[in-house]
Amino acid sequence: MRRIVLPVLTLWWREMLRFCRQRSRLAGALAQPLVFWILLGGGFSASFRPPGAPGGMGYAEYFYPGIIAMVILFTAIFSTIAVVEDRREGFLQGVLVAPIGRPTIILGQSLGGTTLALLEGLLFLALAPLVGITLTGGAFVRVGAVAFLVAFGLVNLGLVIAWRLDSTQGFHAIMNLILLPMWFLSGAFFPATGVPVWLEWAMRLNPLTYGVAALRHSLYWESPGGAGPIPPFTLSILVTLGFAVVTFAGATWAASRKAI
Amino acid sequence: MTIVEFGASPPAVEVQGLGHQYGERWALVGVTFTVARGEIFGLLGPNGGGKTTLFKILATLMRATNGLGRIFGSSLDSEAAAIRRHLGVVFQHPSVDPKLTVLENVEHHGHLYGWRGPALRGRALSLLKRFGLDDRIRDRVETLSGGLRRRVELAKAILPRPALLLLDEPSTGLDPGARRQFTGYLETLRQEEGVTVLLTTHILEEAERCDRVGILDRGTLVALDTPEALKARVGGDVVVIHAADPDGLRAKVAEKFGHEPRIVDGSLRVECARGHEFAREVMEAFSDSVSAVTFGKPTLEDVFISLTGRRLWDEQRER
Repeated sequence: MRRIVLPVLTLWWREMLRFCRQRSRLAGALAQPLVFWILLGGGFSASFRPPGAPGGMGYAEYFYPGIIAMVILFTAIFSTIAVVEDRREGFLQGVLVAPIGRPTIILGQSLGGTTLALLEGLLFLALAPLVGITLTGGAFVRVGAVAFLVAFGLVNLGLVIAWRLDSTQGFHAIMNLILLPMWFLSGAFFPATGVPVWLEWAMRLNPLTYGVAALRHSLYWESPGGAGPIPPFTLSILVTLGFAVVTFAGATWAASRKAI
Repeated sequence: MTIVEFGASPPAVEVQGLGHQYGERWALVGVTFTVARGEIFGLLGPNGGGKTTLFKILATLMRATNGLGRIFGSSLDSEAAAIRRHLGVVFQHPSVDPKLTVLENVEHHGHLYGWRGPALRGRALSLLKRFGLDDRIRDRVETLSGGLRRRVELAKAILPRPALLLLDEPSTGLDPGARRQFTGYLETLRQEEGVTVLLTTHILEEAERCDRVGILDRGTLVALDTPEALKARVGGDVVVIHAADPDGLRAKVAEKFGHEPRIVDGSLRVECARGHEFAREVMEAFSDSVSAVTFGKPTLEDVFISLTGRRLWDEQRER
C-alpha cells in the first residue's frame, strides 16, 4: 500500500504546491469562462430563448452549468498540458524511473488536476444566486460530487493527449479541434432540441453531454423538470462514470507506451 | 582504482551486443561492456554518438532493439521494475521542479521510493549538507544557480541509496570549477555509499577522472580502457602543425620524415615519440610554410582523433 499511497499523495501534493505558486493559473482558468458567460450570456439573453427550457429561464441561467463545465475543462487542460514538457525536461523524468507503476503515476496526476478543477468549479458555483439559482448545502455537495466525476474524466482525457504528444503546440491543436468542439456540443451552449439530426447525434454521442446533463440535474434537484429536456440523471451519471474509467485506463496505457 | 567484487555476485552493468534503431537509422550497434561494482565508468563521445540512447536504455526508459542488458543481474528487458529499485538517475535536462523548494524536491522524490518521516528528513538534510546546500533548503529551486541546481539533482538521485547512479552529461552548462566540484562529489559518494557510477560525457576532464572510459562514436564502442591506457595507445607525443597549405606540407613531411600526418581540422597531426625534437626539425626544415607548431602529451581527445580521424567537438558544430 505504501508503495502506492505515498507516491499518489506526493504527486497530488506537488500539483497543489505548483498551483498555489503560479497565481496566474487560477485567473487563467476562471477569467475566460467568466468573460464568455458575461459576454455571450448577456448578448444572447435579449434575442435567444433556449428551446424546450422551462418558462422563465433566461439564457444566462441556461448557460450557467455549461460554464461550470468549461471552468473544469480549462483547468483540466492547463493542468495536463504541463505534462508534455514535464515528461521530457522536468520532474516527471525522475518519476518515470522510480519503482512505481504507471497507474500509480496517472492516479497521482489525475487526482491533482481533478482537485484543482473541482476547486475552481466550486468557486464559480458561488455565483449561482446571480442567475437566480438558489444554492442549498445539499445542492453544493451534489454538484461537487458530479463535478469531481466530470473533472476526473476530463483530466484523464487531457493526460491521454499529453502523454501521446511530444509538443505543447500539438496539444493546442487538439484543444481547438477536439476539446472545445466537445464542449460546444455538450448542451452547455445550446440544447439539442431542434438542431439538425447530424448535430443531434454528435451531441448524443458526446460523453460530455452527459456530464453537463448531470450537472444540470444536480443544480435543479429540488425542482425536477427545471433542468429541461436532457438525458436522465442515472444515464448521465453512468456515462460520466464510464468516461472517467475509460480515460483513466487510456492515460495509463499512453504512459506505459512512452516508457516501459 | 577501487573495484569491489562481491564473490560471484553479478556486475553492476553488463551489456552484450546491444543495438538500437530509430526508424531506419541505427543509433547503437553491437555495444558490449561490463561495469564492475564500485567503479566510476565514463562513456565519452560526441553528441549524436549514441550516448543518450544507451543511457535511456540503461535507465529503463527505452527497450533496446536487440542484444542483452543486465543490471545487477536483472534483465533490462523483463525486470525493469526490479532494476528501478537500485537505480539513481541524473538526467541531462533538469528533473527538479523549479517551483518547489530544494527540500521539497528531494523529499517528494524520496516519497516515490517509499521513504518518509524522520528517516527521510534526516537523510535529505544530511545529503543537502554534504553538498553545501544546507543554507538554501527553503529556497525555491528557480532561485538557484546552475551549479547548485545540479547538486540538488544529485542529492535527489542519491537519496534512496541507489546501488547504481546513472548520469547523462551531468556537468553540461557548468563552469570548470563547478564541474570539478561535482566530480569530487561523485568520488565521495562512491567512497561513502559504495555506489557504482556510470556517466556519459563529451567533456574531456570529466572522462579523465573516471576509472575506465568507453569511447562511443557513431553508435559503436571504439575503445574501452583506463584513461592512462587509452592515452598510452596514441604512442608518445602529439605534434600539431599549422600551415597555410596543409596538403602540400603533408606530402613534404611524409617524404622527409617518413611519418604519415593526418589532416584534422585543417592542421597536420603526427603522433610520435620525442615530439619536441620532431617539432624543432619540422620548424627548421619548413620554416617558410609552417605558421605554428604545438606538441604535448596525448589527451583523451587525441585518442578519439587517432581512432576516428575527427575531433570530439566537430560533430557538435555540425549538429
